[in-house]
Amino acid sequence: MNSKFALYIVKRLLLAILTILIVVSITFFVMHAIPASPFSSEKAKSDATIAALEAKYGFDKPVGVQFLNYLKNICKLDFGLSTAWVGSTVFDLVKGGFAYSARIGFSAGILAIVVGIVLGSISALRRGKLADKIIQVITTALVSLPSFVAATLLLLVFVLKLGLLPSRATDPGGLLLPIVSLSLYPMAYITRLCRSSMLDVLGQDYVRTARAKGLKNGKIIFKHALRNALSPVITYAGPMMAYILTGSMVVENIFSVPGLGRLFVNSMLRTDYMMIMGVTIFLAFMIILMNFISDVLYKVVDPRIDLS
Amino acid sequence: MDKPKKNFLSFQLDPAKFEPATEEEKAQQVQMRESVSYMKDAMRRLRKNKIAMVCLAIIIIIVLIAFIGPMIYPYTYSDTNTERQYLRPMQFSAAEQAARAAGEKVFPHILGTDALGRDYAIRVIYGTRISLAVGILAAIIVIIIGIIYGSISGYFGGKVDLIMMRIVDIIYSLPDVLIIILLSVAIRDMVRDSSSVIIMKLGAGMVSIFTVFGLLYWVGMARQVRGQILSIKEQEYVLASRAIGASPARIIRKHMIPNCVSVIIITAALQIPSAIFTESFLSFLGLGVTMPMPSLGSLASDARTGLISYPYLLLYPALSIFLIVLSFNLLGNGIRDAFDPKLRS
Repeated sequence: MNSKFALYIVKRLLLAILTILIVVSITFFVMHAIPASPFSSEKAKSDATIAALEAKYGFDKPVGVQFLNYLKNICKLDFGLSTAWVGSTVFDLVKGGFAYSARIGFSAGILAIVVGIVLGSISALRRGKLADKIIQVITTALVSLPSFVAATLLLLVFVLKLGLLPSRATDPGGLLLPIVSLSLYPMAYITRLCRSSMLDVLGQDYVRTARAKGLKNGKIIFKHALRNALSPVITYAGPMMAYILTGSMVVENIFSVPGLGRLFVNSMLRTDYMMIMGVTIFLAFMIILMNFISDVLYKVVDPRIDLS
Repeated sequence: MDKPKKNFLSFQLDPAKFEPATEEEKAQQVQMRESVSYMKDAMRRLRKNKIAMVCLAIIIIIVLIAFIGPMIYPYTYSDTNTERQYLRPMQFSAAEQAARAAGEKVFPHILGTDALGRDYAIRVIYGTRISLAVGILAAIIVIIIGIIYGSISGYFGGKVDLIMMRIVDIIYSLPDVLIIILLSVAIRDMVRDSSSVIIMKLGAGMVSIFTVFGLLYWVGMARQVRGQILSIKEQEYVLASRAIGASPARIIRKHMIPNCVSVIIITAALQIPSAIFTESFLSFLGLGVTMPMPSLGSLASDARTGLISYPYLLLYPALSIFLIVLSFNLLGNGIRDAFDPKLRS
C-alpha cells in the first residue's frame, strides 16, 4: 500500500512537471508566433533602435536558443524584463501583484470552503425542509451567475448606491467585496458537492450502525458523515484555485485591485509579451501545483480509493 | 394423450389436476404494453420534469428572439446617433418626438440606448445570439471530436488506449482559461492587419475560443465515451447476446450506441453553459468579439462607465446571460436525470 502510494505520488508529480513544461512551451511558441515585435508598434523609432532593443531583450537569436535560454532563466526565477513597465523585471511585478491576489484568493477560497461546507451540511441534514429548499435555489442561481456580473452588481449596490464600503481597494475593508464576489461561485459549488456527498454518506450502513448503537446525532455528523463527505470537496480545491485565479482578472479590474489579474489584463492591453508569458506561466504553475496537492490529499483522506 | 404417471411419495405435482387455460384466461395474462425504446423512455421522463420543461421553453423563446428578432426589429446594433445618447427605456429623442408629433410612427427603443445612441434592445439581442451560437457550436465540436477519439480509444483498448489516454490526461490538466487567453492575445495580434474577412468579422476572441474548444474541451467527452465503451464491452448482457448469436452489428446498435448516447447527451448539455460562461468572460476582458459587434460580456463591461446613472445598461445583459446559463444548467440536470436515472442525486 505504502509503496503503491509513493508510486502514485511520483507518477502524479511527473505528470505535473510535464504539464508545466508543456504550458511553458505553448506560452513561449504562441507568443513567438506573433509576427509583430513588441517594439514595432511604438512610434518614432528607427530600425537601429528597434534592433538595439531586440538585442537587449535577446529577440535576435534563433527561436530554439531563445527557448532554451528562457527555460534556463525561468528555473532561476528570471522571467525577463517588462517592456511596458520599463525598468521593472517581470518577476518583481508578478511578486507585487501576487501579494494582493494571494490575499484575496486565499480569503475567498477559505470563505467558500467554510460557508460551503456549513450550508451543504445544513441542506443535507434538513433535506426537503425549507432551509434546504432556500439553499438549493440560491446555489442554483449562483452557479449561473458569471463572476463579472456578481462583482459589478455588488460594486453598484454596496459602493456606488449605499456607500457602505470604500471604492479603493487599498482602504480598510476595500478587499471585502472582491473576496466575496470571488467566493460566490465556488461557495455555491461546494455547497452542492457537500450536500450530495453528505446525503450519500448518511444513507450508508455504518451511519445506521452508529445510530443503532445510540451514538449522539452531533457525534454521528462530525465523526462519520462530515469526515467522509469531505473528500469530493478536496478534489474540487484544484479547480477552485483555477477559477479564483482566472476570476481575479475580472474582479480585480472591477474593483481596481492592483493584483496579478489586473496586471495580466493590463499587459494584454499594452502587448507586453514578456509579462504575458511570465504571468501565464506563474498562474499555470499555481493551478497545477494546487491540482497536484488536492489529488494527493484526496488519496490521503480516503485510502479506499483505487490508486491505479 | 397419455397422462404421465405420478410417483407415489414424490412431491411431483399431479398433472391430472391441471387443465389448459381458456382463451379468455390467456388474454388476461397478456399485458398489452407498447414496447418502449430507450430514447422514448428518457424523453418521457424528461417531459415529466417540470423545471426542465420550463427551461426548455425559456431557451426556445430566447433562441426565437435572438434569431428572428433582428429581422423584424427596425434598428441595427451598429447605428450610432449622437442625438439619442442614453435614452431611458421607451424614451424618444427630441428628433423622434418631433417626428411622432408630425404623425410619423417611430418604433420605441424598448430598452433605451447606450452611450453612442445605439438601440440597446437590438444590441442585447445580438449579444444573446453570440452567446447561444458559441454554446451550441462548442457542443458540436466537443461531440464530434470527443466521440471519435473516445470510441477509438475504448474500442482498440490496450496500448493504443494507454497512449491516447495519457494525452488526454495531459490536456485535461492544462489550465484551459489561461490557454484561451494566451491564444486570443496571440491571434488578436496576428490578425490585426489581416485581410481575412471571416476572422475580422468574428473577432480574434471568437476564433481562439473555437480553436481552444477544438484543442482542449473535447477531453471530458472523450473520457466519458471511452469509459462507457470499455465497460459495455465487459458487460454480461453483451456476453449473453453474443452467446445467443447476436451479430457485432446488432451488439453495437442495440447495446453500445444506446448506452453511449446518454453520456454524450449529458456531457454535451452541461458543456453548453460552460462555453457560454467562457465566452462572456473573455468578452468582458475585451478579448471576445470585435467592435461594434456586441456580446453579453462586452455589453456588461461597457455598462461600467456610467454605472451609477444608468444601471439598467448592466442589468439587461446580466439578466440575459443569467437566464441563458440558468436554463441550460437546469435543462442539463433534467437531461442527466432523464437519461441516466442511476445518477440522480
